[in-house]
Amino acid sequence: MSRISQDNAVAGSRLTRALIYTVLIFFVIYYLLPLYVMVANSFKPLDEIRGGDLMALPNVWTLEPWRDAWSNAQIGVEATGLKPYFMNSFMIVIPAVTLSTIVGALNGYVLTKWQFKGHGTVFAMLLLSCFIPFQIVLIPAAKVLGFLGISGTIQGLILIHFVYGIGFSTLFFRNYYAAFPTELIRAAQIDGASFMQIFMRILLPSSGPIIVVTVIWQFTNQWNDFLFGASFSGFDSTPMTVALNNLVNSSTGVKEYNVHFAGAIMAALPTLFVYIVSGRYFVRGLMAGAVKG
Amino acid sequence: MKFLIQRWIPRLVLAPSFLLVVLFVYGFILYTGYLSMTDSKMLPSYGWVGFENYSRLFGLRHWNTAVTNLAIFGILYIGISSALGLFLAILLDQKIRAEGFIRPIYLYPMALSFIVTGTAWKWFLDPGIGIENTMHAWGWASFHFDWIKNRDYAIYTVVMAAVWQSSGFVMAMFLAGLRGVDNEIIKAAQIDGASGVTIYRRIIIPMMRPVFLSAFVVLAHLAIKAYDLVIALTGGGPGRATELPATFMYSYTFTRNQMGVGASSAIIMLIMIFSIIVPYVYSELKSGDQQ
Amino acid sequence: MEINKFLKTTVAAAAVSAFAGMASADDVEVLHWWTAGGEAAALGVLKDDLASQGVGWQDMPIAGGGGSDAMTVLRARVVAGDAPTAAQMLGFDIKDWAGSTGNLANLNSVAEAEGWDAVVPAALQDFSKHDGNWIAAPVNVHSTNWVWVNKAALDAAGGKAPTSWEELITVLDAMKANGITPLAHGGQAWQDATIFDAVVLGLGADFYKAAFIDMDEDALGGDMMVEAFNRMAVLRSYVDDNFSGRDWNLASAMVIEGTAGMQMMGDWAKGEFLKAGKTPGEDFVCIRFPGTQGLVTFNSDQFVMFDQGEASDSQMAMASAVMSPAFQSAFNVVKGSVPARTDVPNDAFDDCGKKGMADFAEANAGGGLYGSMAHGHANPAAVKNAIYDVVTAHFNGEYDATEAAEEMVNAVLDAQ
Repeated sequence: MSRISQDNAVAGSRLTRALIYTVLIFFVIYYLLPLYVMVANSFKPLDEIRGGDLMALPNVWTLEPWRDAWSNAQIGVEATGLKPYFMNSFMIVIPAVTLSTIVGALNGYVLTKWQFKGHGTVFAMLLLSCFIPFQIVLIPAAKVLGFLGISGTIQGLILIHFVYGIGFSTLFFRNYYAAFPTELIRAAQIDGASFMQIFMRILLPSSGPIIVVTVIWQFTNQWNDFLFGASFSGFDSTPMTVALNNLVNSSTGVKEYNVHFAGAIMAALPTLFVYIVSGRYFVRGLMAGAVKG
Repeated sequence: MKFLIQRWIPRLVLAPSFLLVVLFVYGFILYTGYLSMTDSKMLPSYGWVGFENYSRLFGLRHWNTAVTNLAIFGILYIGISSALGLFLAILLDQKIRAEGFIRPIYLYPMALSFIVTGTAWKWFLDPGIGIENTMHAWGWASFHFDWIKNRDYAIYTVVMAAVWQSSGFVMAMFLAGLRGVDNEIIKAAQIDGASGVTIYRRIIIPMMRPVFLSAFVVLAHLAIKAYDLVIALTGGGPGRATELPATFMYSYTFTRNQMGVGASSAIIMLIMIFSIIVPYVYSELKSGDQQ
Repeated sequence: MEINKFLKTTVAAAAVSAFAGMASADDVEVLHWWTAGGEAAALGVLKDDLASQGVGWQDMPIAGGGGSDAMTVLRARVVAGDAPTAAQMLGFDIKDWAGSTGNLANLNSVAEAEGWDAVVPAALQDFSKHDGNWIAAPVNVHSTNWVWVNKAALDAAGGKAPTSWEELITVLDAMKANGITPLAHGGQAWQDATIFDAVVLGLGADFYKAAFIDMDEDALGGDMMVEAFNRMAVLRSYVDDNFSGRDWNLASAMVIEGTAGMQMMGDWAKGEFLKAGKTPGEDFVCIRFPGTQGLVTFNSDQFVMFDQGEASDSQMAMASAVMSPAFQSAFNVVKGSVPARTDVPNDAFDDCGKKGMADFAEANAGGGLYGSMAHGHANPAAVKNAIYDVVTAHFNGEYDATEAAEEMVNAVLDAQ
């Protein structure tokens, strides 16, 4: 595995450093601008938004949109706000992320340390599955879920997210484990350690960074999924994104943009939290394996 | 006996994933391929029509627009995101004190779904209410930016929003790559009198080759799936100027009740995707075998 | 006489409802796209109504694309063999579903008991019935050939609401001279098509029917069509440069704020005006698109029941509740549309709502009630979208009027 080295700092003069900071700050603004538009408008009363300048800070600050989005807004016939849908999303995403991470780790382990004839082809097929556009699989997937009798249930959604998450998880873990010294595995084998023992005792303890990468990637994708969530959820398993879409995309209703933005930020909080908290480990994890060719 | 179990366990572990992917990916692709040869309209139906849907597809002006747009979008998006990501990673790698603060800001857009970020972007780019209006209010009267309203330029605003979303993620990948470069090499080059720019150009960037490949896979995958982005930002407009294959396929399959044509566009899309990705996978495998 | 009929149907409805209530009713799962704000709250009235009869409501709201996302989900559900009890549907989608699945529930028994045939206009029945059987319960009728005018801007432009194309141009010119954007419009395909509907209808009901409903080649590519496109280009010249991609409600906001003079949009736009605290007649004026008074292009939301194996009492109860005059009034007051049955009293409606109901009745009596092309009530989805393509391309300057008329013929032929 790569070892963590110092920054490759090259430049020296004060002028260059000032320039670097200027550019970095410019991009900070670039990345924050849309978030600013959302946050600023989520604290405005609707009249102020209708009146025009969307880039300005609110004249009158109000928390009402946030309260509405959380617990009062009409989502379908129930005026529940987004609150109840958070739980649904967690119930779907947590098992699906856990499953696809565990399976990805095992797959990566097999594909690098227990190679058999044809392992390359199997890996290629798993990898290619990352690139299938989800709109294609909608109808056949509905058929299969119906056949299994889990259409419209949380289990069905977990299965779907899990299946379409296998590809990336396997890719990440395979690249990570490829750099792991095979001699250690061979030595353990000679000592009589079994397949699972080797995995649990030797590989898993040092898999922290790549687990972070995989979890972040899967969590973001699955939390933000709309297409599967809308098509395969039932009335009591509707995930967050579908509820958010119902809040903001109603076509002939009055649009309360302030509530929409408040809701959108709320819906994004779990993923934002994951990114910000684990951001440090994320880069380390990428460094340790995911970016290796 | 034990030997036999040890021999088979790895395959048994891999088998469920393999079977699921064979069914849910390759099986469904075959099914879509079959649908593309049928007279399916609103729901799948199985009247065989051969290649009729394909000839229809290639006769549609939209499809050409969509494919051209994907080429423009894909090249610019992947190119700019990679370049910007590398550039920012190099800057952040200069012992920046606020790195811990800046990095998550660059990274966060990847965490957001476009269902509503799209609205923020749409407003921001709208000359009447967004950045142009603000610049005018600040006294810069000649500032002009109406690309999102212009048929010939709207696709570039889609690129802008897409780059915003993922360039930070690419930055993180490059940053990780840069941190993995052995310092000794750089020191040696510095002793030889190489300038900073030369060191990056000649030594460090060439070492980033694997990162470029990984970034390419992630970006290509996002470019192909770009759907929410277009729907939220331009709805495929002005006119149909920002239609992409993904939006085209969805609209023919589900909105226009021409599932056969939609399926044929899906197959063409898959052929395009695989013809780009397979060479990558091949090189990936080759490098894997060397280890 | 009219009151008698009203009473009779109400009693019949009550009787059927009571019957359904006594039976062991299952829950209904309802797929719809009234997902936010007032219209979702209005649907809540239906839910409460059913709850009082012991029928539970399982809500499946899916917003997006004016119902097209809901139709995608419905497809997934039907393919999975897990169809919802009831689904909101529009226009030709109902026909397509009825034609391609054939597993829609037959509502004849409740329709006969309540006399739907007598109170639902024939033009609506065309969508609610398949092979002569009732398969859908219409909730509302939107009409799309409305113009919403800012009263102050109209007063400044002469004060007379235009009733012909020439007068419309005069008013638009005056508004332009007054320094406001005469026409607030959002450049999205369906909005372009909504105006196009009205423009074509303004050139004559026969022409509208020939072009959009009969899809007659001569009408689609003829001189009248060229003229329609010319008028679209004229209207385009009164729209600000910033129109493309704008949501319809932001266009409404321009009229509300007085920065624009008028908007051509269906009656759901009224909700935006009311929400902003504006009063019909005082702050804004609702008129028919000039030259289309007495004619209505409509768009009707209906609930279709999926056959669940056995005839379901809860489905009948729901159909009955949808058709009850009380619900039709309560819902449509909020929604901005008019009741789908012609015997509902107009007391609860505001001035625009009353005008809407009167126009609807007039159009129905005079044979001037046509399905809206822009909203999927004149021809199938494939044709509708093909027409969208041409209209929106012309509106964005890709074709001139003659080319557009030629393209129209090709596009419609291709899509059939």
